[in-house]
Amino acid sequence: MGWLSEQEWAAVALSLKVAFWAVALSLPLGIWVAHLLARRDFPGKQIVNGLVHLPLILPPVVTGYLLLLSFGTKGPIGALLEPLGIVFAFRWTGAALAAAIMAFPLMVRAIRLSIEAVDPKLEQAAATLGASRGWVFLTVTLPLTLPGIIAGAILAFAKAMGEFGATITFVSNIPGQTQTLPSAIYAFLQVPGGEASAMRLVIVSIVIAFAALIASEALARRASRRVGGA
Amino acid sequence: MTLSVDLTHRFAGFSLNVAFDAPPGVTVLFGRSGSGKTSVVNAVAGLFAPEQGRIVLDKTLLFDATSRVSVPVHRRRLGYIFQEGRLFPHLTVRQNLAYGRWFAPKEANHADLGQIVDLLGIGPLLDRRPGALSGGEKQRVAIGRALLSAPRMILADEPLAALDDARKAEILPYLERLRDVMQVPMLYVTHSAAEVARLATTVVVLEGGRVIRQGGAAEVLADPLVTPTGIRAVGAVLEARVKVHHADGLTELEAGNQSLFLPRVPQSPGSALRIRIPAQDVILARHRPDGLSALNILRGTVRHVRAGEGPGALVTLDTSAGPVLARVTRRSAQALGLVEGVEAWAIIKTVALAPTDIGGP
Repeated sequence: MGWLSEQEWAAVALSLKVAFWAVALSLPLGIWVAHLLARRDFPGKQIVNGLVHLPLILPPVVTGYLLLLSFGTKGPIGALLEPLGIVFAFRWTGAALAAAIMAFPLMVRAIRLSIEAVDPKLEQAAATLGASRGWVFLTVTLPLTLPGIIAGAILAFAKAMGEFGATITFVSNIPGQTQTLPSAIYAFLQVPGGEASAMRLVIVSIVIAFAALIASEALARRASRRVGGA
Repeated sequence: MTLSVDLTHRFAGFSLNVAFDAPPGVTVLFGRSGSGKTSVVNAVAGLFAPEQGRIVLDKTLLFDATSRVSVPVHRRRLGYIFQEGRLFPHLTVRQNLAYGRWFAPKEANHADLGQIVDLLGIGPLLDRRPGALSGGEKQRVAIGRALLSAPRMILADEPLAALDDARKAEILPYLERLRDVMQVPMLYVTHSAAEVARLATTVVVLEGGRVIRQGGAAEVLADPLVTPTGIRAVGAVLEARVKVHHADGLTELEAGNQSLFLPRVPQSPGSALRIRIPAQDVILARHRPDGLSALNILRGTVRHVRAGEGPGALVTLDTSAGPVLARVTRRSAQALGLVEGVEAWAIIKTVALAPTDIGGP
């Protein structure tokens, strides 16, 4: 890449990778939790709702530190996973975990709203035609929620691309390994003569954000045209 | 195919306590809005669990509060036609129709897709999405979708209530064909006397959450004390046969040995029809009228005169076509000397008979 230096390019590529996996792996869980919150009543629903939204309210540094405490190699969960070869601390996987957790509330919110917009009468109609709960979800609820799922995923992707506080606290800022786009911009601004590099990454950020937004608009419009009939 | 329903439930400010047996054919739950009709159908479908009760279809126990049996909705195999159609907006008409078929057990008695599409006249709509259909078209597709799920019985909750009169007249013949051609047992909810007259084998009249009467359509509709939607719904139901279509746009029917003229009906000569004649559209005379524009004049004998609370009276006239009801004022009944046993003529304006009141047997 002629225009970006090797370190800048590495940061962009890492951010894309981190954001992609953060969204891809948390999306099924996000849909499940959104469906639970939208359609089921169970004891402790408010607690689940609170936990999901916690990363939105807590200072990101606090979330990062909590991740370090629990998923670090000496933390309770980290120690449990290390023998299985799953390590989060100071790896790009940790950056993906932090990004997924920070983006989760936004994703669940968007999907939950669109599930709530699906008319439960259609789900009843599907049941009278012989579809069990699982089939009703797969054949009626899920397709009708598709525009919201796309919106939620893109929103989460954008949030994951920009995640800074929790990531730098949990996995630090190691060039080539855990230095994501925002961490790189921050690092370049700390050294004399780094402004040009920082500015190039800022432009890249803006372009990616715009592309994501346009893609989500187009996908959501196509999906809602399908849903809306005609 | 017999459905037996017995249920009790307390809502806020309203209690439901209903028991009836629905014999084979079309059983109509007839009543005002708020009389509990929809709750009964939803309980049969499994969408609502009453506090007490028992619902049995043939020998299958669907619901029993005491032994805590409740077959889940998707295993009851009852095709539900909802008032608003409830087609899946993300699927084409063809996919909507295929939906129920896909979940039906393989060994079930499958209705043929082509036959149903022809019966309902929805062939040209197959590749469209519900968003592009009119209200009447949507409802026809909804009927087809319910039928194709190989249901043991069809439940219909005011399937025509959201449609205008022209659309109602469009759908009713299809429902009659379900009853006569496919012979699907049906539990049908309505507050329309016209639909009762055309569809019902048995009528169950609900009021305030109780069954107040059960019987045949003609018998229930002729009784001003039970017709739930008020005196306007009272009328006679005559069985007739299409005799000939005349060139001037009229159809001549034969009922008893009397001729009746109607605006042209779609049924072919020889086919049987049921016509509902609302009591308020009938005029009575003591002598055979002369020089009158009305074409339908039936001679009969007054069976009885029932005075209502207001100024009106309901006169039942036995004619060779069957009993005809007329709603007149008490003053005219007195002036004409209408008492039991006297001879009188019933005059029915041809154009007063609404198309929704005329249908198959």
